[in-house]
Amino acid sequence: MIEFKDVKKSYNDGKEIIKGINFTINSGELFVLIGPSGCGKTTTLKMINRLIEPTSGKILIDGKDITKGDPIELRRNIGYVIQQTGLFPNMTIGQNIEIVPYLKKWPQQKRRERTMELLRLVGMDPEEFINRYPNELSGGQKQRIGVIRALAANPDVILMDEPFSALDPITRNQLQDELFDLQQKLNKTIVFVTHDMDEALKLGDRICIMKDGNIIQLDTPEEILKNPAHGFVENFIGKNRIWSNPDYIKAEDIMINSPVKANPKRTVLQAIEIMKSNKVDSILVVDGNEKLLGIATSKDMSKKDGNKKLEEIMETNVITAYNDETISEILKIMDEKGIGLLPIINKEKRLVGLITKSSLITVFSKLYS
Amino acid sequence: MSDFINFFLSRSNQIGNLTLQHIELTIVAVIAAIVIGVPIGIIITRFRRLSKYIIGLANVVQAIPSLALMGFLIPLFGIGSTPAIVMVFLYSLLPIIKNTFTGITNIDSEILEAGRGMGMTNSQLLRLIELPLSLPVIMAGIRIAAVTAVGLMTIAAFIGAGGLGYMIFTGIQMYNTQMVLAGAIPAAILALIIDFIIEKIEIKVTPKGIRK
Repeated sequence: MIEFKDVKKSYNDGKEIIKGINFTINSGELFVLIGPSGCGKTTTLKMINRLIEPTSGKILIDGKDITKGDPIELRRNIGYVIQQTGLFPNMTIGQNIEIVPYLKKWPQQKRRERTMELLRLVGMDPEEFINRYPNELSGGQKQRIGVIRALAANPDVILMDEPFSALDPITRNQLQDELFDLQQKLNKTIVFVTHDMDEALKLGDRICIMKDGNIIQLDTPEEILKNPAHGFVENFIGKNRIWSNPDYIKAEDIMINSPVKANPKRTVLQAIEIMKSNKVDSILVVDGNEKLLGIATSKDMSKKDGNKKLEEIMETNVITAYNDETISEILKIMDEKGIGLLPIINKEKRLVGLITKSSLITVFSKLYS
Repeated sequence: MSDFINFFLSRSNQIGNLTLQHIELTIVAVIAAIVIGVPIGIIITRFRRLSKYIIGLANVVQAIPSLALMGFLIPLFGIGSTPAIVMVFLYSLLPIIKNTFTGITNIDSEILEAGRGMGMTNSQLLRLIELPLSLPVIMAGIRIAAVTAVGLMTIAAFIGAGGLGYMIFTGIQMYNTQMVLAGAIPAAILALIIDFIIEKIEIKVTPKGIRK
């Protein structure tokens, strides 16, 4: 766990670049720092391994003030990944990976074994690569080495400073996926700096958006997409960014929250009145516990005796969807079953909302407003 | 031409001795310049504000005509090989200091930050990264210094230090062109050989990963 307590940083000319930030990075989480250039994200990162010292405030790792110990020792226990230029060109791949274990004076045998193990972890053949030099590797391979070099001495915390920004989009995607998988396996605390919102959304457990040395919003990717802080964050993530991540849009986000409902004992006549006053053409039939029993449309009612009960005429074979299903699943259901009405229920099978063709149109039209 | 060859052969013993003496004087001066110059070059990368003054000073020394510099040195070191070695040493300092400084300061700052961020101490940074990466540039400076030194050392004969300059100066005084050539040609060849050898060393010390 890494805690920032009222951390400030200003330079000699008095310019304050970090203006008193407070936050906690939980153990085992991939924490993304993002913002436009000059927002202080890299400075924040470098304060964790003391490449930059804060002017005031405290940074604690697992409850211990990092300024209390030796910075060299601190850095050897924190993994550090920078852009691909960070590999030492005069050293072989093996020597590069072993550097921190070497500084920590591990015996040679143990260093070699660890290097082999790490190369295999990222699917690179140790025999082939261990004696090669960084300039013989592609950008993607170099950055894989950069990542496993940070893992070599098995640190709990790893700092990554825009590690994938210099890569082409295809390789970048691939490495992001690999990092994600690696993180599932190893469960390190990773602090990841980027300026790429797609990367942040893809990798981050939580995202911390910074601007001018302040934290503007710190939340899960889902929350940031759904409820971006007004102004800056909205603009920064792009107003309709959520539409490019449809998995974050759930049925409950787009449904009508208070659909028109009626008790099964109501008569057709009463139901028609209710529909009229609500300007709808269908009604959901629920029992006293909000459990969905059926659905009745104006078409069903038009030819019926007005005194019949709803339970007698309603359609009971209703297709429903759960409130946490994604928008793409919802669209698929409605398309495949050819239905225009989709009641939404929760885990307890209680009715919580309704999605109709026209409500969908309203939602989509907001995209372009 | 055959006259010259005859002259050369008749004096081959003396020329051989003078050449050895020349090599000895040059090597002593250049090695001294390496031993002093490289550490100075490293130190001024740590104290950047000093670099301007130190390199400026070395530049000034370089600008003094060699004969004049020797004139200054005679009162301090007398005549013989010592002032000659000191003079060549002083001339060799500039390329060595300058190249050491440039070699180290031109290393990509991200690489250094990676090293520091991984927990290297300053001396580990120097030993594991800065020196290996700047060695080709430092060697290029040493090469320039050594080749220049061979030529400069011919002046040493002026103050009785010996070396191939002895043949050249004696030849000039005696209007004996053959004698001048018998000193100048071996000196030129010596310079080329030293250039060749140091070039080989330069390639050898360049880390494999940064060879072109």
